[in-house]
Amino acid sequence: MTTISDFLVPDHKRCDDLFAAAEAAAAEGDWDGATSGFALFRAALLHHFAMEEEVMFPAFETRTGMRQGPTAMMRNEHRQMTGMLGQMDKAVTGKDANAFLGDADTLLILMQQHNVKEEQML
Amino acid sequence: MTPQNSLSLDQAPPIGVPLRFFVTAPLFAVTAALLALWQGADLFGSRWSPAMLGITHLLTLGYLGLIMLGAILQMLPVVAGTPVRRPVPVAGAIHVLATGGIALLCYGLIFTAPLALKIALPLLGTALLSFAALVFLTLRRALPQNMTARAMRLAVLMLAATVLLGLVLLSNHAFGWWLQAREALAELHLTWGLLGWVGLLIAGVAFQVVPMFQLTPAYPVRLTRRLVPALFILLLALAAASRFPEFQLALKILLAAGFAVFALTTLQLQAKRRRKLSDVSLDLWRGGLIGLLSAVALWLAAQLVPAIGELQGYGMLLGVLMIVGFAMSIINGMLYKIVPFLVWFHLQGRRGANGTTVPNVREILPESRSRPQMRLHFAALAVLLAAVLVPAVFAYPAALLFAVSNFWLWLNIVAAGRTYRRVAARSGEAAAG
Repeated sequence: MTTISDFLVPDHKRCDDLFAAAEAAAAEGDWDGATSGFALFRAALLHHFAMEEEVMFPAFETRTGMRQGPTAMMRNEHRQMTGMLGQMDKAVTGKDANAFLGDADTLLILMQQHNVKEEQML
Repeated sequence: MTPQNSLSLDQAPPIGVPLRFFVTAPLFAVTAALLALWQGADLFGSRWSPAMLGITHLLTLGYLGLIMLGAILQMLPVVAGTPVRRPVPVAGAIHVLATGGIALLCYGLIFTAPLALKIALPLLGTALLSFAALVFLTLRRALPQNMTARAMRLAVLMLAATVLLGLVLLSNHAFGWWLQAREALAELHLTWGLLGWVGLLIAGVAFQVVPMFQLTPAYPVRLTRRLVPALFILLLALAAASRFPEFQLALKILLAAGFAVFALTTLQLQAKRRRKLSDVSLDLWRGGLIGLLSAVALWLAAQLVPAIGELQGYGMLLGVLMIVGFAMSIINGMLYKIVPFLVWFHLQGRRGANGTTVPNVREILPESRSRPQMRLHFAALAVLLAAVLVPAVFAYPAALLFAVSNFWLWLNIVAAGRTYRRVAARSGEAAAG
């Protein structure tokens, strides 16, 4: 149990930090910074999803026998957030601050409530 | 709807469940402001006058109460980990009984109409006590380490206690029986309502949402474990200590210290936030916490310098700082996070496979509409405080600013609701075609 949250919590925090940096750069109109910052954030978040889906969720499912329960919901939320990353990527390429910051706001809420659920569940 | 997104949507109640509360609530604040305009400077004469009692309840029950009810019905499935059964009729019944009860209560108080009070009594009692029972029982299922769930349970116990005291006081007003302890009960009613129900709930929710939305460091674990239960016990002890003024004073000092620790910790965490972007919701939170700290400071000053406590407007200043400064600011800030996200979330869920684009949260509620409303809110607060001290000069401007601020908030929420309907209709057409 502890090993899972030992990974989850710091990694969630790392994603948050990268998110904040990319968002701040976009808000200041620093599009070079936003582009590289967003790329780092996206890679970190996708890596985080992959770790969970390939390692943790199967372990959880084997141990609890629940395949359609919490992990299915988590996977669904991962897909939702991946979709948001795609939209943000378009916005950062098009240097569209409103779209980028709006999607960032939305993604932040999704990410945070997802993290809370995950940290409580696993 | 695809099976995947129905999963998370199943957990959340339909958007109408919280939204009906959020749309009604600012109208009660607007009504309060219009009544204040009608009353003018006379209103600020006594906090126990019929008009002031009515206006206070329009704000505490009509504005704060309804929004908290709606937000809790929304959050309950997430916090408890299981959906509430039949959320639409449950929310509908609570909403109708509560709004009817609040309107009758305030009408009855302001115009001294016993019949209205007699009808308000069962309506409010049923709505609020069944809500408290629903929340308390549903949260049995929450995980023991979930501090927000625990705070919410203690807060609804305080709500139930506040309502029971309120019903006793209300029946006294309605039927005119002789109640010797009326003043002491009224004092306890407002303390439990503001510090217990509102204060504990805001603290418990803050533990969760402040780090989440503003990317601040987490609250110290010891604080999240101990603060809310400690405050709860102090509030209960306050009732038991009613015959021992010195013991009661000690309890009140501890309560004031507890709330000051909460406000200072939160402000300090917010100063260390990793997200440096300006944010209307964050500013409303900070303003609210400063309001709470000012109330604590004023109360302490009155204990040290009795002359302050004897000032004409002292009690009312505390009331304005706690209700408009602390609670309304934070609730207003929370609405600006909750409403656009809910609209986005439900539109996203309906979108299905037809690919209609969903507006993001900043398009649903642009800062260009929320920031001016926030400025008006804080301006109204400042002028209201001035009106307590110099009613002849500031009473009308205060009431006017307060009316405009809350009407604007209402427009902002209605606009977000309209966006939902517009885009939902479009995605419905796309799905049909």
